[in-house]
Amino acid sequence: MRPILIRAGRVIDPSRGMDGVADIYLEDGKIAAVGRDIGLPDDALTIDAAGKIVSPGLIDLHVHLREPGQEDLETVASGAMAAAAGGFTAVCAMPNTDPVTDNQAAVGFIVSQAQRAGKARVYPIGAISLGQKGQQLAEFGELVGAGAVAVSDDGKPVVSSHLMRTALEYARTFGIAVADHCEDPTLSAGGAMHEGIVSTRLGLKGIPAAAEEIMVARDILLAEHTGGHVHLCHMSTRGSVELIRRAKEKGVRVTAEVCPHHFTLTHERCEGYDTNAKMNPPLREPEDREALRQALRDGTIDAICTDHAPHHYDAKEREFDDAPNGIIGLETALGLAITELVEPGLLTLCDLVNRMSTAPAKIFKLPGGTLAAGSPADVTITDPKAAWIVNPADFFSRSRNTPFGGRRLTGRAELTIVRGQVVYQREQRAPTGRSG
Amino acid sequence: MSAPSLGKDLVGLEPLSAEQIQLILDTAEPFKEVSERAIKKVPALRGKTIVNLFFEASTRTRISFEFAEKRLSADTVNVAAVGSSVSKGETLVDTAKNLEAMRIDMVVIRHGSSGAAQFLGQRIRSNVINAGDGKHEHPTQGLLDMLTLRDRFGRIKGLKVAICGDILHSRVARSNIWGLTKLGAEVGVCGPASLLPRHVEELGVTILPRIEDAIQWADALNVLRLQLERMQAGFLPSLREYNRVFGITNERLARAPKDLLILHPGPMNRGVEIDSDVADGPHSVILPQVTNGVAVRMAVLYLLAGGSPHWAGRGDER
Repeated sequence: MRPILIRAGRVIDPSRGMDGVADIYLEDGKIAAVGRDIGLPDDALTIDAAGKIVSPGLIDLHVHLREPGQEDLETVASGAMAAAAGGFTAVCAMPNTDPVTDNQAAVGFIVSQAQRAGKARVYPIGAISLGQKGQQLAEFGELVGAGAVAVSDDGKPVVSSHLMRTALEYARTFGIAVADHCEDPTLSAGGAMHEGIVSTRLGLKGIPAAAEEIMVARDILLAEHTGGHVHLCHMSTRGSVELIRRAKEKGVRVTAEVCPHHFTLTHERCEGYDTNAKMNPPLREPEDREALRQALRDGTIDAICTDHAPHHYDAKEREFDDAPNGIIGLETALGLAITELVEPGLLTLCDLVNRMSTAPAKIFKLPGGTLAAGSPADVTITDPKAAWIVNPADFFSRSRNTPFGGRRLTGRAELTIVRGQVVYQREQRAPTGRSG
Repeated sequence: MSAPSLGKDLVGLEPLSAEQIQLILDTAEPFKEVSERAIKKVPALRGKTIVNLFFEASTRTRISFEFAEKRLSADTVNVAAVGSSVSKGETLVDTAKNLEAMRIDMVVIRHGSSGAAQFLGQRIRSNVINAGDGKHEHPTQGLLDMLTLRDRFGRIKGLKVAICGDILHSRVARSNIWGLTKLGAEVGVCGPASLLPRHVEELGVTILPRIEDAIQWADALNVLRLQLERMQAGFLPSLREYNRVFGITNERLARAPKDLLILHPGPMNRGVEIDSDVADGPHSVILPQVTNGVAVRMAVLYLLAGGSPHWAGRGDER
């Protein structure tokens, strides 16, 4: 394997509080050295990163890769490539596949598909309950043994408080977090969007903010009671932020994530019944969006995730009530985060790398998130000034369901290195050209 | 002064201007007379083909549209969801594109999903008329209610109209709210809080918590049908209690400071939201509403097909 020297980039490593121009030397799949004027070995590949950000690779704790079961929407390989093109060196794949990733063989299959693809790392998340049915615990020990990094029934809430309690307790044995999709289904049943003035006008059944907050409150209480680590998926309301803030002050083991669409868009985006604005949790109100942004700034919310959820265009090309929830996000997340959070001065680039790499690595105890010598050579080179327009036709993802088509963004990944190898390099073309 | 047109589709009253709504009501006036003739037919839409695409059961609205179409000399086809390719799993967009391939001019759609009419209108070139979409809008019902109010009061502006019942699930309520407020009426909504949509007051309506408040306040009551399935869904404890707390009875109306006009979009649950002696009483305009429904639908069909309001003969400015 050829060593790589990344020269003269602005190196940002939140794990060590570093932000300055330096060279990085990668050898044998590890970070070998970070410093000024590192000598150039004869065989090294040299990458000029002047004017670019060099950071630990971005990590996404929450994606849906659809394999096995719906390979026409996405595969582990296409998802891992889309991830690399978005600057992610690792993604965590939710278990709502078909069949459900609730046993060691299923986990092993995803691990082997990811190895074969050789792009971004893919870490499987195992199911909390067999078949995600919310009844019997899956075999966490075997899931972890096969490579699962956390457990979740994401897509479905854990309705039974008893099951959630048991999962939090049992997960402690293996040192993993329980990631929960917080939704009280008795309040959200049949809902198509956020319950508010827009749902009233459009005549769509609303999902109240309380449907999320009730479960956030419950999970926090159970985490406090059990001492387990609960990770709260895709937070969307100001009430949830408030609950998490108080829990963290009390020292409860709670972490939380937020998606770019929730800190960028609001329920107004559902006007005209645009099904690319249909997701669960739904787009909320401007006050919620503002609270989520502030929560990223003050650390109440730890991480930015995508909830990348591929769907066929014709599944979205239908009545709002009947369209599936979710949007893809791997190839727009970094640009949205820079445009919406860094450009307005809410986060520094160092804060952003923390929320998209260092903090996520810590939450699921993943390798990476740091440029310390000896760490895996997972590195993202970002052009923070690149202006581009989202063109879904350019995506590596097999799906195109995004509400951000045509949006003008600033900042995008230029080059992605995983295990010391370049897995993605953007072609230098017109801003709307195919990127790589 | 050039008259405003309606555009390609009628998906709701929310997107319409006051002038456009006025235009429809004025255009309906001369069409009322057509239905009173021995030979109830004018050639306005001769050669036009219209599909009535009903994904939900409907008697009154479907028949009313069909009469309106036939009295305008259009060729019409009725498609009910049951027994068509829709029941074989065909998507709405495929159904629409197949109809369009048969070169139809207009589609009247009734559908259980909010937004279905707009969805259709954005995907086919034919004119689309919303005959009720989910809980969103039922614009021709709103228009016929307004025409009936105008007939009785001679004006819409300044009227106080209380819409009573299940506002949350009602497309009739939404179309009435948009149409009436645009023409300068005051609108109140009255019903159990569990059946009022969130932030409904932001639509410019007054919330009247009790039916007695509505009766004191209003010039007219538009009494909505209470869908019986709301009980199973847990929004209400019982029909009996609904009638006792919110039912429109002569006893309650007797305490009104003035005679109230009573509207109901039908079909009625007699003895639930409205007592029979009110429905059949002197202040009820429930049957004139039905008559006006045909005229209003004729006006909408005529205007969307490009008909000139002058030809139809505009009513006086009111």
